[in-house]
Amino acid sequence: MENELIARAIVLGASALGAGTAMVAGIGPGIGEGYAVGKACEAIGRQPEGSGAVTRTMFIGCAVAESTGIYGLLVALLLMFANPFIKKING
Amino acid sequence: MNISDFLRGSPDGIDVSGPKLIASFDVFGVTINLTETVVLSWGIILVVMLLLLWLTSDMKTKDVSKKQVIAEWAVLTIYGLVEDTMGKHWRKISPYIAGLFTFSILGSLISMLGLRSVTADFNVPLTWALITFVLIHSTNIRTHGLGGYLKGYAEPVPVMLPMNILSEVSTPVSMSLRHFGNIVSGMVITSLLYFALSVITKKIGIAFCTIGIPAVLSLYFDLFSGFMQAFIFIMLTMVYISNADGNAEET
Repeated sequence: MENELIARAIVLGASALGAGTAMVAGIGPGIGEGYAVGKACEAIGRQPEGSGAVTRTMFIGCAVAESTGIYGLLVALLLMFANPFIKKING
Repeated sequence: MNISDFLRGSPDGIDVSGPKLIASFDVFGVTINLTETVVLSWGIILVVMLLLLWLTSDMKTKDVSKKQVIAEWAVLTIYGLVEDTMGKHWRKISPYIAGLFTFSILGSLISMLGLRSVTADFNVPLTWALITFVLIHSTNIRTHGLGGYLKGYAEPVPVMLPMNILSEVSTPVSMSLRHFGNIVSGMVITSLLYFALSVITKKIGIAFCTIGIPAVLSLYFDLFSGFMQAFIFIMLTMVYISNADGNAEET
């Protein structure tokens, strides 16, 4: 009983740490998207008539660049709300 | 609340779970689960169908009514978008794109009514992404022929074969996970915020911070994010399909 509680505490703490660490993945897309948007602003400043196409392409590029961040987020959500490790202790 | 209750999972607090199960049928040994998502999806389909039937009823060539102008504008906008992105000969795919966009945006925006977003269930974006996956590969086979399609996996050098297969498989996975992740992260953040605000309200006793703050965040997470993800999903669908089209240069 006591051991099980300790095991659960360790797993929960480690999962919380893991969830926080997984969100380090948010740094990359943040920098990348910021750079892409900056370049898009430059392009619109140079050629305002092409702003529609530039904005559309930029949003698609941002969405693709965002995937890695989303994967990190999903890992974090999985650890917080659907923890696969805590079920192993129960079983 | 003592520590052991907390470790077993406390009854109150934030609970983020999947869609609720409403009913479950047993059809020929296969269990079919009727979830919240299915019911809401059928609701959206019904609403959109009735709306379109109303918009397109008694159309005229002269003295057009306001609703006919709206319907024509919607159709022409989608045609214009598809033709700009994919070329004129792909206009036939516009109904799929329009349907995807409408379903996606309404499925995300339904959270503004206090219901669970349809797109916050991974099955829904995954289904769309798999339909797109089939469309990409059928287009590729149709325009390149089966031999050319299979040869495309060994380009530029045959050593790249596993890499090419992996990149093809990752297309629907990344498309669906992107849509799902964006909507579900908005849902989680909103529920965390509501929890925090309710705690603050309980401490202070005045419900001043539950009035304005959720509306601003809801504007971003529900409206902007839902619209953006629907747009990105259809744009990626169109770009992938027209990339698979070998005859794209003809336009």
